[in-house]
Amino acid sequence: MAQQQEVMQKVVDILRPFVKSPDALSAVSMETSILKDLKVNSARLVDIVLEIEDQFGIAVSDEAADKVKTVGDAVSLIMKNAA
Amino acid sequence: MTPRRVVVTGLGVLAPNAHGAAAFAGALREGKSGIAFHPHLADAKFGCQVGGIPQDVEALQQRYLSGEELLAMNTNMVYAAIAALDAWSDAGLPRPAPGDDRVDWDTGAIIGTGIGGIDTVAEKLVPKVDAGKVSRLGSTMPEQIMSSGNTARVAGLLGLGNQVSTNSAACSTGTEAVVDAFLRIREGRAERMLAGGSEGSSKYIWAGFDAMKVLNRTRNQAPAEASRPMSASAAGFVPGSGAGVVMLESLDSARARGARIYAEVLGGLVNCGGHRMGGSMTAPNPRAVQRCIRGAVEMARVQPVDIGAINGHLTATFADPHEVRSWASALGLSPDAMPLLHSTKSLIGHCLGAAGGVECVAAVLELHHGFVHGSLNCDDLHPELQAFASRIPHRTVEVPLNVIAKASFGFGDVNACVVFGRHE
Repeated sequence: MAQQQEVMQKVVDILRPFVKSPDALSAVSMETSILKDLKVNSARLVDIVLEIEDQFGIAVSDEAADKVKTVGDAVSLIMKNAA
Repeated sequence: MTPRRVVVTGLGVLAPNAHGAAAFAGALREGKSGIAFHPHLADAKFGCQVGGIPQDVEALQQRYLSGEELLAMNTNMVYAAIAALDAWSDAGLPRPAPGDDRVDWDTGAIIGTGIGGIDTVAEKLVPKVDAGKVSRLGSTMPEQIMSSGNTARVAGLLGLGNQVSTNSAACSTGTEAVVDAFLRIREGRAERMLAGGSEGSSKYIWAGFDAMKVLNRTRNQAPAEASRPMSASAAGFVPGSGAGVVMLESLDSARARGARIYAEVLGGLVNCGGHRMGGSMTAPNPRAVQRCIRGAVEMARVQPVDIGAINGHLTATFADPHEVRSWASALGLSPDAMPLLHSTKSLIGHCLGAAGGVECVAAVLELHHGFVHGSLNCDDLHPELQAFASRIPHRTVEVPLNVIAKASFGFGDVNACVVFGRHE
């Protein structure tokens, strides 16, 4: 659980520069939608995945990247790849 | 149907010697040079190591743009955005609040660029593609390297819903944009148009001109003396950068909202010399230049003697005397009867695709405030311009102006001329 919290915090930090609604980050949860709640431009998901790959030293397939809709999706993807 | 009248209600400028209309007017009046020595040009072994680059943009851009917006913006886009937002505010219009989903269908933008996002191409796109790292480019390449990137960003910042496009006509780009936007409003297709030009400060933009040996390489140790239009010692232009944007508006719209009116756009024309009659890719056909000037003045319905000043193209190349002769021929005036001739490039260099935009802002400020700024560095006037000496001020003169003409001429043998008049 502690590890999940740590990963989530890193994901939030990765998302921060791409977020159009910074206030939404203060109430972020695993269910928070990256596009709808944080108002991230959908094109920027590519950049977010690149950041995740760099920071966690993992490779994310296009299929897996396409399934990331929420903060929790990103956290699960990272933890599964890192396992 | 009588064509609609079009006026200037806002000015935005990010120039090498000043930011903002008020500061720019002051810099013009003071004859403040924006040309500086740039070590990175010396490191890259440029012959010309001086240039005009807007100052303090790093700090400035944080005031105008969010971090998320800046992620996908090169200098060309940042300059255009700052000048456009300034023109918008100067016109008395509020910037849309975050989350405002309304579209302003009656307002558009034509902000041109000569070269565009070549810094992004050179520093990011080419190295990664050549290294086989296409997947590492991220999502922001197309919007930064598409020619329309500068205007597209402005449209998003302001919710513009009319024509939004980027024109490109080399060094006549900015003035062409103003003419095109003027005609669009005149025809009733828009109420307001942001118009002008922007150009980034990349060595990759300037390198080709340096290689052509059309940049001045004789004054690297004296930057403020490097830009010498109309002088006997003119030895090429000094590269510049920045953005200049005017808010053009139908007179009806401006009156309805009680907007301040800087000037009226009386006439404008663009044309091309077809690379004939002495014209080429890099030299103007003088007949085309004269037709352009004459057409703009005829459309403006003013007499040549009514024109108080000409803000010329005047870059500091061999073409300056030809340009002045073309003005005299087109206007049918003897040298001593000519309007006051001057070159804003003597202060800020040649801002390429931004030049027309920045210099239209200068011309409107001169008309509005009643002055003609001096041209620096032409105390040794070119021998072929001696007959015009009394019409070329070296220091700023305070003089009421009713009409001012601005023209730009560019590679490709393209020309643009616009005539501004005092609005009564």
